[in-house]
Amino acid sequence: MQAINFYSLIFYGFSALVLVSALNILLTKNVLYAAFSLLVSLFGVAALYVLMGADFIGIAQIMIYIGGILVLMIFGVMLTTKLKGEPILTQNRNVLSSLLVGTGLSTFLGLIFSQFEWANRPWIDQTALAEGSIRKLGIATMTDFLLPFELIAIMLLVALVAGTYLAKK
Amino acid sequence: MEITTFLFYLPFLLTFAVVGIYAERKIAGFIQDRMGPMDTGKFGLLQTIADVLKLLMKEDITPARADKKLFPLAPIIVFSAIVSGFAVLPLTSGWTGAGAQVGVFYLLTIITFDVVGILIAGWAANNKYALFGAERSVAQLISYEVPMGLCVLAVVCVCQTLDLQAISFQQGIFAASAGQEESYLFGIKALGIEVSQYGGFLTWNIFRAPVLIPVALIFFIASLAEANRAPFDLAEAESELIAGYNVEYSGFKFAMLMLGEYGMMLLMSILMAVLFFGSWNTPLPNIGGLPLAEWTSGEPGTLSGHLWGGFWILSKALVVIFFQMVVRWTYPRLRVDQLMIFAWKYLTPASLVLVLLSVIWRMLMI
Repeated sequence: MQAINFYSLIFYGFSALVLVSALNILLTKNVLYAAFSLLVSLFGVAALYVLMGADFIGIAQIMIYIGGILVLMIFGVMLTTKLKGEPILTQNRNVLSSLLVGTGLSTFLGLIFSQFEWANRPWIDQTALAEGSIRKLGIATMTDFLLPFELIAIMLLVALVAGTYLAKK
Repeated sequence: MEITTFLFYLPFLLTFAVVGIYAERKIAGFIQDRMGPMDTGKFGLLQTIADVLKLLMKEDITPARADKKLFPLAPIIVFSAIVSGFAVLPLTSGWTGAGAQVGVFYLLTIITFDVVGILIAGWAANNKYALFGAERSVAQLISYEVPMGLCVLAVVCVCQTLDLQAISFQQGIFAASAGQEESYLFGIKALGIEVSQYGGFLTWNIFRAPVLIPVALIFFIASLAEANRAPFDLAEAESELIAGYNVEYSGFKFAMLMLGEYGMMLLMSILMAVLFFGSWNTPLPNIGGLPLAEWTSGEPGTLSGHLWGGFWILSKALVVIFFQMVVRWTYPRLRVDQLMIFAWKYLTPASLVLVLLSVIWRMLMI
């Protein structure tokens, strides 16, 4: 067991934030509240990434999910709500099948979690944590992962052009 | 004395908002050939303080049909998003911000929370004007983030780092002592004139790589739009939208939103000073036997280093803010379609080309 220090306090604080807001997504009936809870949850995950030394991934998470996708989602929800004049509420549907899938998945994850020894895996590069990730990430992207990087770039460009074309119609 | 510039910038922001509003009204008065506030105190100096007191004593109204949970949350989100941006800014050569490795990337990212706050503010108020104002604001902020991000990318390409303090060190006489590369005149190594020993404005980014001059211009325009200021203050076009997303807010909540806008101005100006105008480095170069740069900078970490550094970076930021204010009272407001066309058809392609040019400059010249 690790001694409780400032670091783990922050860790548990953000973990609690993620869990509580994730729970709120499930429990609230108002879609807009759910979207905002998702925002808080994603922010908490980003903070956990930063705390674990993956600062670039944490910030990319905020940029892509919160700055991009979530704003778009909230925009959509807000416009539909205001047109109808009443909040969109969710309902419980397909209770049986979702219950089965949910319990199955969580049992599976729980089994992995209980049987796996997480700390000190050989692929965890302890030295990389100390010196920060950006430079290594950049070099890796431009050498080992150049082909997927370029493919993603082309795909994004196609999506951009297609989006502009659709907007023009 | 590390990573704690935040502790300086938060109280400074509060003071700046009070002085800034006064300055704004005086500059507006000067440009429109009138006096500005004159009654409260000598030259109206106490006008903003009186305004703040009035604002704080106002009744804090929440509209009956507003969203009770989200309505009070919005000003907090807007304000804290902008204040978190200050965390990575350096202040002096010995006093730097947090998150050194990802510095400017973090800054650009965290201020996108501003967008969320504005959306909530507009929606929760349950007012059509507020909602339209919020939509305009958000569309504008998202659009102008693109050229702004590209401008920052151009600087990062030239400097080869995201760390704002490293970018600052590169632009002055302490480049070598901080382990940064030396600069050459206009960034052209072939000329063989090494300017890091002279310092001053010669080592500023806009002189190290003159391709950054148009980049700085685009950054300035985009920063006006990001701070929701004229000629891009469509969100609060009085003639069409009353006051935009914040129309239902009163009292302290309105004060926080207002503070957020002034915070954005200050943040953008300091960022501009860091990226283009030499950060906390002095503008005066060493000339022969007259070491002006050394006289006006002080060794990093010493008291004089802190004082000079803070003085230079804040005065540069305030000069940028002065120009923001002059622009506000000089140019008419754009129409909403012109605003979008300007961002997507002119600024974005131009900044894309400039990013390419900066990369070429970096590879061939430096």
